[in-house]
Amino acid sequence: MLIDSKKQILFSEFTPGYGLSIALKMSPEKIIDIMIRSTLRGRGGAGFPTGLKWQATAKAQKTPKYIVCNADEGEPGTFKDRILLSDYSEKLFEGMTIAGKAVGSNKGIVYLRGEYRYLLKKLDKVLNRLRKIGYLGKNILNSGFDFDIEIVLGSGAYICGEETALIESLEGNRGEARNKPPFPTDEGYLGCPTVVNNVETFSYVPYIINKGADWFMEIGTEKSKGSKLFSISGDVKFPGVYELPFGVSIAEILELVGARDTKAVQVGGASGICISKKDFDKPLAFESLPPGGSIIVFNKSRDMLKVLKNFIEFFVEESCGQCTPCREGNYRLLEAVEKLERGECSINYLKVLRKLAESMKYTSKCGLGQTSPNAFLSIIDNFKGEILARPKKVND
Amino acid sequence: MANKDTKKTKKEKEQKSAEKLNLAQCSNAACGAGSGKERKLTGEKIKVTINDKELEVDKGLTILEAARKHNIHIPSLCYHEDLCVAGICRVCVVEIEGERTLKTACTYVVDRPIKIKTSSEKVRKARKFVLELMLANHFGECYSCFRNLNCELQKLAQEYGIDQLRFGHVTTPRYKVDKSSYAVVRDKDKCILCKRCIRTCVDLQEVGVLEAANRGIDTKVQTFFDKPLAEVVCINCGQCINRCPTSALRANDPTEQVWEAIDDPNKIVIIQTAPSPRAAIGELFGLPAGTSVTKKLNTALRMLGFDKVFDTNFTADLTIMEEGTEFLTRVKEVLVNKNKKVKLPMFTSCCPGWVKYAEHFYPEILDNLSTCKSPQQMFGAILKTYYAEKTGVDPAKIVTVALMPCSAKKFECNRPEMKSSGYKDVDYGLTTRELAQMIKEAGINLPELTESDFDHPLGLGSGAGLIFGATGGVMEAALRTVYEIVTGREVPFKNLDIMPVRGMEWIREAVIKFEKVKPEYKFLEGAEVKIAVAHGTANAKKIVDEILAGRGFWHFIEIMACPGGCLGGGGQPIPTNLEIREARARAIYSEDEALALRKSHENPEILQIYKEYFGEPNSHKAHKLLHTHYTPRGRY
Repeated sequence: MLIDSKKQILFSEFTPGYGLSIALKMSPEKIIDIMIRSTLRGRGGAGFPTGLKWQATAKAQKTPKYIVCNADEGEPGTFKDRILLSDYSEKLFEGMTIAGKAVGSNKGIVYLRGEYRYLLKKLDKVLNRLRKIGYLGKNILNSGFDFDIEIVLGSGAYICGEETALIESLEGNRGEARNKPPFPTDEGYLGCPTVVNNVETFSYVPYIINKGADWFMEIGTEKSKGSKLFSISGDVKFPGVYELPFGVSIAEILELVGARDTKAVQVGGASGICISKKDFDKPLAFESLPPGGSIIVFNKSRDMLKVLKNFIEFFVEESCGQCTPCREGNYRLLEAVEKLERGECSINYLKVLRKLAESMKYTSKCGLGQTSPNAFLSIIDNFKGEILARPKKVND
Repeated sequence: MANKDTKKTKKEKEQKSAEKLNLAQCSNAACGAGSGKERKLTGEKIKVTINDKELEVDKGLTILEAARKHNIHIPSLCYHEDLCVAGICRVCVVEIEGERTLKTACTYVVDRPIKIKTSSEKVRKARKFVLELMLANHFGECYSCFRNLNCELQKLAQEYGIDQLRFGHVTTPRYKVDKSSYAVVRDKDKCILCKRCIRTCVDLQEVGVLEAANRGIDTKVQTFFDKPLAEVVCINCGQCINRCPTSALRANDPTEQVWEAIDDPNKIVIIQTAPSPRAAIGELFGLPAGTSVTKKLNTALRMLGFDKVFDTNFTADLTIMEEGTEFLTRVKEVLVNKNKKVKLPMFTSCCPGWVKYAEHFYPEILDNLSTCKSPQQMFGAILKTYYAEKTGVDPAKIVTVALMPCSAKKFECNRPEMKSSGYKDVDYGLTTRELAQMIKEAGINLPELTESDFDHPLGLGSGAGLIFGATGGVMEAALRTVYEIVTGREVPFKNLDIMPVRGMEWIREAVIKFEKVKPEYKFLEGAEVKIAVAHGTANAKKIVDEILAGRGFWHFIEIMACPGGCLGGGGQPIPTNLEIREARARAIYSEDEALALRKSHENPEILQIYKEYFGEPNSHKAHKLLHTHYTPRGRY
């Protein structure tokens, strides 16, 4: 498979003001209308329609309003936002500014992953430059619209990538997810209406404003429009960040990155699902395989139980610890994996754990707990043979 | 004549309505509850379907509140009526049509017509998993636990028919029990991380001793740097104990030592009982909240083997004499003698939780605290001096026990300065719960007992002393006496009931005007004395901050650390909520109303002790035995 550069958006030409100069002449309603029509969905993983999020924030009564960029890229195997932040941050800042104009906010905050501290200087430099040339700050491009962006560093907790935990962290509190509703669009940062979008999501905005919703909708599948950045890693020859249109299949990607003897692919990071060969033809799209930002490839030399253990250990450590299903549940799943390793896990117990994992998906308080059992469920289901064929298995 | 004035700021009114609706919200989201949307009931009704039954509920209620109003049971655990919501235990999850995940009934506000299922298969299974997960990480030796049969986790396990622990069970303790504090004992092995204690300490009381530390499976409720409770800013109020669903928090129990003293024939064991336990202990014997059992309790205490049973109301009256006199002296020093060393406002000092709170957080106002000891400590001091002399008993043989609604009293009686009698003034502080346990252990059924009186002297207390148990009571008692001392007339309130200082509003204010005063109080002619009452240290904080910022001025302020005052103390029966506290308050006020003696300065036994021993209030001897000093402590 060859990359079709016509279907690339983020890696295409851009100069400051590309979308902003147009957006500043539009009414907020018009911007939101374009965003809704484009059907752009959040690139952080959950895929919520961006236009609707902006609309809800614009409609909220309370002021001030905030535009928050979730740059807490913490999903294992995901490094696509890093590229955008280090090399293409002007697009992000412009997207945030347009969001500000659309919802009536004058303040943007980038919540930058603690481990990306090294990017801080560079980003501040870009912000300063944009301020200097009038693309940020007071009276942007003489439009009368004020907007500025501040960068705040996280401290390394995975949970702070969850939007409400991120807001808690921004406010100086312990990173713990809030109850929803109320949603950030009504009560976010400091209790005010807040748009929280991923780095990648904001970066599409100037293009959509410049080229229009219809142009954007030409790329992708029926329910997933546009392109997507994929961080591809694992047993591949050419790991890296790729921009591909929605609808691309795993098999096509494997070919593109030079993967051989692939046994399993983890789609969407640790919180995503692990698929086996039988699903390699499925397209990557919200309606099929929700891609998140990461594709991790495992070849036939990998022990899937070890893979699973690695993911669960991650969640046991990174659960914020507030709600019971996530805090205790992941720990019990890890215990079960260790039992499987020792050949001490009975089929019956595994069935109980499967039900527990299912229950965690709809009982946990936030997205972390709701998605943490995905790896367990998909690996146990898709690689059952391999896992149960381990030595010293106890059957009852 | 007199002018009473109840000012209520907007904020306080909101506080009141928040409490009435049980919609306590936190602003700092330490509990993870979020930004705390202000919820107001507009009276608008919404049709919701709960389990196929269509109901009209108030818009703005949570599902849990709405269901409970309609007698639909939804189990809950981390939810507590007094606290802001957390939504973290996930026990109260329900199914809402159209929602992908289950939602917690305690957090979900009804603002549109929804269809709810409270016990579908999905819901039941989810709850069972949640409970099993909690039990798997809980050192649940129920039969050797002080919360046995009064444990919310145990009750839920029973309700959900949990008959196996599929995820295992903790069989040996993993943590050391923290018994460093005289007041509060912490056992992390029993903690299920519902964070009620954190929300109590941080949001309700604004003390901030407990916080969540670490992440994931390592999450713990922890003190600052995991220091022992005795070494942190804990004020010993024990409100966390009253709200803990398990026994992760309990009071430091001296029952064994008390039994030993009773069993020792060489000891004379004397108990004083405070009014609040008497209005609450019945709850532990199946009586409804608000049943006062004072005289039955006297019988029970004698059956247990206490040699003498006295009434703390007696020293409450003594406190009023001392504190009232001190107040008038302070006012005179400030107004007439312009003495800069003497401070106003004067704060009450009978609440040991408040005293320690001030010592930690506001050392700069310690000179504003009345120097009077609390009634408990005054009692101890006179038992081992005046009473010992009068009855010819060696004070070394006297063991003094105090029945208190309070955990902070345990710390107070162990303060090094509380030895003015030459001995430890009060040997042991027992909570209501601990005494109930002793009574049960002795096989006594309290409600069935015949009534008996207190011993005398020191067994007569006025209604003024009695109402110390409720927030505002000390202020009311003091006003009944001070006003009469100054003017020679009774307080100008119908039936002596000073209503502006009563109730459960967090902060209450009033102005009392002194007119036609006696010649010796001429300096008070026409004076408007401003008073305030606050309960809960978070509200004490508001008042002190107002004063320190120069915005608020009062002459006399009553502070009680616990919501509701002593009747809501950290040693009282569990559970607690506003309804229960109000019932206890009613019991106390109606007992006061029924008494002939309702003013401290008219108590003949008080007049007797001044005549025989102290001479007059604030005399040298009174200062030696009945007054104390305070210790500035760090904030960290």
